[in-house]
Parts: sequence; structure tokens; C-alpha cells
Amino acid sequence: MVLELRKPRPVWQIMFSTHHTDVALLYTITGLAFLFMAGVLALMIRTHLFFPGQGILISDPATFNRIFTVHGLTMLFLFALPFAAGIGNYLVPIMVRYKDMAYPKLNAVAFWMNPIGGALLWLGFSDTSWVSYAPYSVIRAPGPAADMMIFGLKILGISSILSSINFVVTILKCKHPDLPLRQVPLFAWSILTVSLMTLVAMPSYAASLIMLLTDRLGVSGFFNPSAGGDPIAYLHLFWFTFHPEVYIFLLPAIGMMYELIPRFSRKPLFSQASGIFAFVMLGLIGFASWGHHMYSTGMDFTTKVVFMIGTLAAVPASGMHVFNFLATMWGGRIRFAAPMKFAVGGIALFFSAGAGGVLNSAMPLDFITHGTYWVVGHMHLFLTGTIAFGFVAMAYYMFPFITGRMYSEKLANIHFVGMMWGTVQVFFTQHLLGLEGMARRIYDYPAEYTSWVELNQIATVGAWILGGSFVFFLANLIYSVAKGKEANMDDPFGLGGKYYYPYQAKNPTHHTGY
Amino acid sequence: MGHDTAEWVFVGIVIAILFYVGVDSWIVQKAVEEIPADAETIKVTGQQWFWSFEHPDGTKEKITLHLQKGHAYKFEIYAKDVMHSFNIPDYVVFEDAVPGHVNHAWFSPEQTGEFPIQCREYCGIGHYQMRGTLVVEESKS
Repeated sequence: MVLELRKPRPVWQIMFSTHHTDVALLYTITGLAFLFMAGVLALMIRTHLFFPGQGILISDPATFNRIFTVHGLTMLFLFALPFAAGIGNYLVPIMVRYKDMAYPKLNAVAFWMNPIGGALLWLGFSDTSWVSYAPYSVIRAPGPAADMMIFGLKILGISSILSSINFVVTILKCKHPDLPLRQVPLFAWSILTVSLMTLVAMPSYAASLIMLLTDRLGVSGFFNPSAGGDPIAYLHLFWFTFHPEVYIFLLPAIGMMYELIPRFSRKPLFSQASGIFAFVMLGLIGFASWGHHMYSTGMDFTTKVVFMIGTLAAVPASGMHVFNFLATMWGGRIRFAAPMKFAVGGIALFFSAGAGGVLNSAMPLDFITHGTYWVVGHMHLFLTGTIAFGFVAMAYYMFPFITGRMYSEKLANIHFVGMMWGTVQVFFTQHLLGLEGMARRIYDYPAEYTSWVELNQIATVGAWILGGSFVFFLANLIYSVAKGKEANMDDPFGLGGKYYYPYQAKNPTHHTGY
Repeated sequence: MGHDTAEWVFVGIVIAILFYVGVDSWIVQKAVEEIPADAETIKVTGQQWFWSFEHPDGTKEKITLHLQKGHAYKFEIYAKDVMHSFNIPDYVVFEDAVPGHVNHAWFSPEQTGEFPIQCREYCGIGHYQMRGTLVVEESKS
């Protein structure tokens, strides 16, 4: 489909192109680059926590706080969002049989905001933690780091709104008239859902960022209690965006699994309708549960119950996705190539992360787990275990289509075993650390808490395994782009070829040149 | 069993589990939030980066809090500068200290000894050392 890297083209032709596959390539590579950068920060944090009181690698708490802040922001805004947008750019126009995205120039503009926003986040290196709770972020966080972060996030938020508008218009208005919406492949449905969610959710955060900025400049006091403001208002505005945002990160990964699972099971999808239903349900219910991040802020009992119900209501729809995957695989002739391994691993970890989420949403249990390493483990099981697994699966799947060469299955196997092992070891252990009472975002912990020391060391070794596996991923990508064996472009994974590939869809107006 | 039946059974089981979780946590949380009428009020103030306490008789303490076994205590939680979170992990006492708000939590210690107190909401450079100790002594009365 897209043989950009095989064609000897100067790099600026890709950079200044507005064609959807070129923008997609830029998005994907940017996302992966930031994944590695933020991954290094994560390894620094874990290595630092190996011994209490030693100050390994990071010798002062201010730097530590800056590192976990930038790690979180980068993984969410500069890996998860751009990578999903990249795969969306590759596949959505093809899936709806249109020649390009609806607004190609807007598409390129939306992409180029990412490196700019990323530069602001990394040059500022703020210490507010990624949630930037007021009033810390207003009255205590050192500038200009926090201000640069606010501007960076502002730019990334606009980029995300622009690309969402583009996806919505492409799918709803540019879809081929012969293709009913219900037959649009589920990956495009996931992108449609998250784009609509972004348009509803993001403005709240955009507003709170501006309010944060004017508060910091001292011209307003929205969140500053000494000027008559209320920090709880910030929390509501923030989580109204970022609980739906959880699904905005998650659903594209689920959509990618919908691309991979039927194909590698060599069976048609169990139910298109239930997949669509579950996406739309999650898209709506995602807005009903932001308050579960705020149980302990002094929320009254009734409000807590309402948000608990809203949270629990998201579980059946997630369960329907898992059921759909399992029912599709059931009785299939599964070919466990790298994309399938990562997709299945991602489903298994999605299930365990979801089970942990049910426990979290129960109010009395939330008071044990909230703000501890339990939550760190829980959300990383989603972010690494589900989202990164889905994205990595898709990266391996797209590799031959993008480069014309096959990745090394051997290196991919090592990557899979290491990533699966590491993810389980580091994030399951962090759940236990949370039950032992270890708070999040702490630079150091007392050496006499021996259970904390042991569990931290187990988690750190897990993180090294996880990080090590990504060295094999990087080596595989670099080696195979140049030296991988030529892929059989009709059927790179040897699946038999009679299964539907999006790029084979009849598309008279699609550029076939590249 | 048809395709749809299997899926509906699966979704039904999931909903039943959720229903159980929801009802049970409703009951437990309702019970946990009921503050006994005879609870003694302790004022807790969080600031960068230590906890201070005030007993009903006016005695003030910093970092270390002395309480008696078998009594019920109600915490009134204040914050001076930024958000903190008052937490005694061993007794699941956990409530945010929000500037401009007063939050409440209560507990009744059943064992004598020393228990850690910590801050569980990120509050800056000293967040990690915003620790204290709860000392539970034998009841004097």
C-alpha cells in the first residue's frame, strides 16, 4: 500500500507533504520517538527507587518530580495520541474509500503542532505532575517551566481537536456513498468515536489551562483560594476531560485489535454490530465517571454513588469487546505472528486491568488504593498492557506495508516475551505496593519499610526487562528497514490472502502511486 | 447455543457481578461514613511539608499525634497552602486536605503502637518526607 521508505524520496518531500500516508508516517515515527524518550525517563524513575535513601541516578527531589511529570505528559500526549492519529491517517481514508483525509492541509498543520508542543514540554520540564493540580500549579510551581507546559499542552490540545474534526468529517462526509456507515471497519469506528469524544471533552481542559495561566499571572483567581477561587473546580474541569480521555487513548488500541484478531484468526469477525454498540456505549459512558478520581476530595455520599454507578456502567461494554475478540478467535486457524501475539497479550492484560478497575470504583476500596502505587499499576496496565500492546501489534502489522520489508520474527519474539514478562512483573507488583500503602510520586521512602523495599526492587527489575525488550524492538525496526527480507506484498503474513485487506478495497480515486 | 445467547449470558454475568460490587460498596461506605456522636474532634492541618494537630483541649502537636485506644476520633482536615492528603494507611484514614475546604474523616484505634502517617497527594519537593507518626496509647479513662 504505502512504500514510502522504498522510494528514494528526499526527506523534505515527506515532511512537507499533505498526503495522508506521509502525514501518517510522520505521526507514527514521532510517536515512537517520544515513546523511547519517555521510556528512558521511566527507567530512570524505577532505577532510582531500587534502593531507598541512596539517591541513585536522581539526586534531588525537584528533578525527580520533573522527570515523572514529563514522563507522564510525553507518554499520553506525544506517544498515545500521535501514534493513534498516525495509524488512523493510514487506514481511515482507505477504509471509507476516499482519496485522502477531508482536509489534507489541516492534517499536516495538526501534525506539526506535535513537535512544537513536545519541544515546549521537554524544554520546560515542569514539576507539576501531569495532572497539575491547583493550587500547587498556581502558587508554588516554578516558572517558566509550568508556563511552558501550559502553552505546550494548549498547542497539543488544539492539534488533537483539529485532527478530530478532520477524522469526523472524513468518516461521515467523505465516505463512499455505496458504503453504509455500519459496514465501515471497526478501527474507523473507534477513531470516529474518540474524535467525537475529543470534541466534547477537550474544551473543558483547554479552558482550565487558560484559567491556570491567568491565575499564575495573577490576573485571576479561579483556582486560588487566597483570591477567592476553588481548587476543586480545577479538578472537575480536568477530570471531565481526562476521564473520557482514558477511552480516547484506549479505543484506538481496541480498534487496532479488531483489525488484527479476525485476520490472524482467519475467520470473520464475530459481530460487527456488538463492536459498534460497545464503542458508542463507551463513548457515552466515558463522560459519566470523571468523579471517581475525586472521591476523597470531600465529595458527599450521593455524588460518590452516582459516579460509582457511572464507572461500573462502562464495564459491560468493555466486556463485550473482550467477548467479541474471544468469540472471533474461537475455532479459528490462528497464526501467531508478532502482531497477533501482541494483540492477544493486550487483550489478556486489558481483562486484568479492567478487573482492577472494578475494585477501584467500589468506594470503600478506593479509599485504600487512591493515590497509591495501586493506581500507578492499574493505569499502567491499561496504558502499557493494553494501549502500548495494541499499538506495538499494529506497528509490526503495518511494517511490511510501509517499508516493503519484513521485520525479524525472532527479535519480535524476544520483544514480546520481554514486554509481557516486564509488564506483568512491574505493574502487578505496583498493585501490591499500593496495598502496602506506598504513596505515588514520592522521591524516596524509609528503608525500614522492608516490604516496600522488596516490592520496589521486584518492580524495578521488571521495568528493566520491559525496557530491555524495547531495545530489541528498536533494533528490529532499524535493522529490518534496511536489511529485512523483502515482504510478499500480496500476503506478507502468509494468511492465505482471501481475507479482506483495507487497501484492496475498490477505490477508484485513491492514489496508487504510493 | 446461538451466538447472541452466549453474548447476552456473558454480559448478564458481568452485570450481576457489577451489581454485587455496587450494592456491597454502597452498604459498606454508608456504614464507614457514619461518624459516632461521641467522637472527639482533632484538627489536622497540612502544609508544605508537615502535619500539625490540635486536640479539643487546645494541646497542639506537630508530626506526631498521640491518641488513646478505644476512643472514636473525628478529624477536621485543613490545608494551608496547596492540596495535601491526610492518610493513615493502617487504619484506612484517607481524605484530601484542600485549601479553602474542611474535610472530615473518622476512626477508632483498636491497637496500641506506632503507625505511619503520610501525605498521599503530590504537594511539591518535600512531598516524600511529609510523614508523621500516630502513637496509640492505652486508654487513661
